[in-house]
Amino acid sequence: MKLELGYIYIKDVQFGAKSEVKDGTLYVNKEEIQKLVLEDENLVSCDVDLARPGESVRITPVKDVIEPRVKVEGRGGVFPGWMHKVDTVGEGKTNVLKGAAVVTAGKVVGFQEGIIDMSGEGAKYTPFSKTNNVVLVINPIDNLEAHDYEHSLRVAGLKVATYLGELARNLTPDEVKVYEHEGVLEGYKKYPDLPRVAYVLMLQSQGLLHDTYVYGVDAKQSLTTMINPTELFDGAIVSGNCVSACDKNPTYIHENNPVVEELFAQHGKKLNFVGVIITNENVYLADKMRSSDWSAKLCKFLNLDGAIVSQEGFGNPDTDLIMNCKKIEAEGVKTVIITDEYAGQDGSSQSLADADVAANAVVTGGNANVVIHLPKMDKVIGTLDYVDIIAGGWSGSLQPDGSIIAELQVITSATNEQGYNCLSAR
Amino acid sequence: MAYKVVHYINQFYAGIGGEEFATTEPAKIAGVKGPGMALNAALKAAGAEIVATVYCGDSYFAENNEDAITRVLALIKEENPDLVICGPAFNAGRYGVACGQVAAEVKEKLGVPTLTGMYIENPGADMYKSKTIIMETKNSAAGMRDAVAKMAPVAIKMLKGEELGSAKQEGYIPTGIRKNLFENERGAKRAVDMLIKKLAGEEFETEFPMPEFDRVAPNPAVKDLAHATIALCTSGGIVPKGNPDHIESSSASHYGKYSIAGVNDLDAEHWQTAHGGYDPSYANADADRVLPVDVMREFEKEGKIGKLYDFFYTTVGNGTAVKNAKKFAAEYAQELKANGVDAVIMTST
Repeated sequence: MKLELGYIYIKDVQFGAKSEVKDGTLYVNKEEIQKLVLEDENLVSCDVDLARPGESVRITPVKDVIEPRVKVEGRGGVFPGWMHKVDTVGEGKTNVLKGAAVVTAGKVVGFQEGIIDMSGEGAKYTPFSKTNNVVLVINPIDNLEAHDYEHSLRVAGLKVATYLGELARNLTPDEVKVYEHEGVLEGYKKYPDLPRVAYVLMLQSQGLLHDTYVYGVDAKQSLTTMINPTELFDGAIVSGNCVSACDKNPTYIHENNPVVEELFAQHGKKLNFVGVIITNENVYLADKMRSSDWSAKLCKFLNLDGAIVSQEGFGNPDTDLIMNCKKIEAEGVKTVIITDEYAGQDGSSQSLADADVAANAVVTGGNANVVIHLPKMDKVIGTLDYVDIIAGGWSGSLQPDGSIIAELQVITSATNEQGYNCLSAR
Repeated sequence: MAYKVVHYINQFYAGIGGEEFATTEPAKIAGVKGPGMALNAALKAAGAEIVATVYCGDSYFAENNEDAITRVLALIKEENPDLVICGPAFNAGRYGVACGQVAAEVKEKLGVPTLTGMYIENPGADMYKSKTIIMETKNSAAGMRDAVAKMAPVAIKMLKGEELGSAKQEGYIPTGIRKNLFENERGAKRAVDMLIKKLAGEEFETEFPMPEFDRVAPNPAVKDLAHATIALCTSGGIVPKGNPDHIESSSASHYGKYSIAGVNDLDAEHWQTAHGGYDPSYANADADRVLPVDVMREFEKEGKIGKLYDFFYTTVGNGTAVKNAKKFAAEYAQELKANGVDAVIMTST
């Protein structure tokens, strides 16, 4: 399976009479976007705002971030099962507005949304301070259930990302990245001497607003299965999560899965990238046992030598992470796990909710409990109303001068567990 | 002179003598002595100076510990220093323990930053690594030059109030305290590189060594439920409506104690959850789903249990450090015991 990703670099975003990309600037027609979002009868208003790197802008409460992409050649379309009918993606050509992002914001639950600062201390931690963001602040009709609101927000974000992605259809990419995956047998023939490595991608699926979708299917209703790595680049996996902002995987990071990129970078050189195993993080013990058994079983079926396991969320999913690691190691497959830590504000507490000696190779995204001071920003997109109750905030987090003192947890993707960032801990 | 430093050493380095003088009592001299000279030279560039050297015999310190530490602390306090440096002690056991204790207590009781140095296997290292910064040195005084070269830059950072980097970056013995830092490569690349090394059988360094995990064995079953007083406790965040004590939605800094005397059902009008890790809709609609007061009242009525305790203790488990959770429970477990509670049902989410 071969996918060519055509990057069209976006260096600025502006409102314009016509939505288009010209000389690296993304122009957006506000009214068209609003109209698109408000097709949903559960939504009453949609403010569209823009945020660029370096600006004194704070976006909160952030729900998801999505990268605009468009399929220009090959089967299916981006975000299959949502924006396009279910058809296997991951082959052909896809154009990407690299440097642009759609950010959805709104109070779904209040304490389960995050903060993106475009400059200052907070900007160091979130990858989305480096993108040109089209922000949708969306309000629902009265008394809409949180789940329905989340669904509407999710679809609105995907719609706008697809709409913007369409603008890239006929553009000539600034850079083309080619990802080719041979399949299991072909790969073995081609690289008989290289260690066989797969990626075990854990998807948040605790339910009740903690969901992830694969081709439109709720991951908690799926057994552990396999997916081609290139399918991820076409939006096969979509976030439906409202958990602590720092370590949920936004759709954007699924589209740019860094572990997949890094495994491709070594494919045929130091290892043979066999494929991606997707498994869930359900709350029931029986589900945890079954799913982790299945991960280990697939690793064995594939005759792997090694696996990288990435996590989403913390606490309860720590048990899934350790179960996966333990069982995969027990099959004789060497693992590296990627997680983050909740070691307390002073860093002196036990970092994970579960541990095992088998987990002897760990990459960490940092301690999410660390307290940071976010300076006041000149402009707020959204509202500061939930800063005190957001996960990682406390009563009084929002200072009288508009600055914020809170745990790193509040920052969107700060301690990402797919290894998107350079932040770590020792 | 911008900064005042006090140096603590033993009788040997103070030039009093060897083992036969190990009973020397605490004393102080102005300025530098022994290893202080090289340290002082290195500190001068940053405008710092060792103003006094406090010393004590190793045996005296060990055998008259309370007297020795009190007097050493008093001698140090008189100087009102900005930093106290102890040792380095290399692999000298009693000296290492003394350096560790002086550094730890100065930091804790006088609120002055402290720094010491010793060999990783010195017993003082394990005892005090979480209480002061201990630079890792070689195992004998032959490593003095190397120790000073490591200690001085860290001392200067501490004097300037700069945050120290990780143990590996700065060269101190890991404190067991986790510190964030930015790596040059992103996590995914570090993971792939680590796996390649692990597969090749090469040495690799985990970023998080697995801790000794604290597992709690369940207590034996309660024999006579019909006469037992049972308490409900939860990490599911159930609180009176409005969350009067502002328990945080994640990383809780405290717990709440609330009366359920005469309450048969946790209705939506009076109760809610403060928890930020799950969709609160169902808990807010009926808090019994997390803290089953209604069922416990039925059991009480049927005589299945003796009594439901009049109070429940509650906090938010979401993102809360295990250390905090342990502290909360250690406190209220005493109250539960004192009030004749026989068993506790602890609910999560």
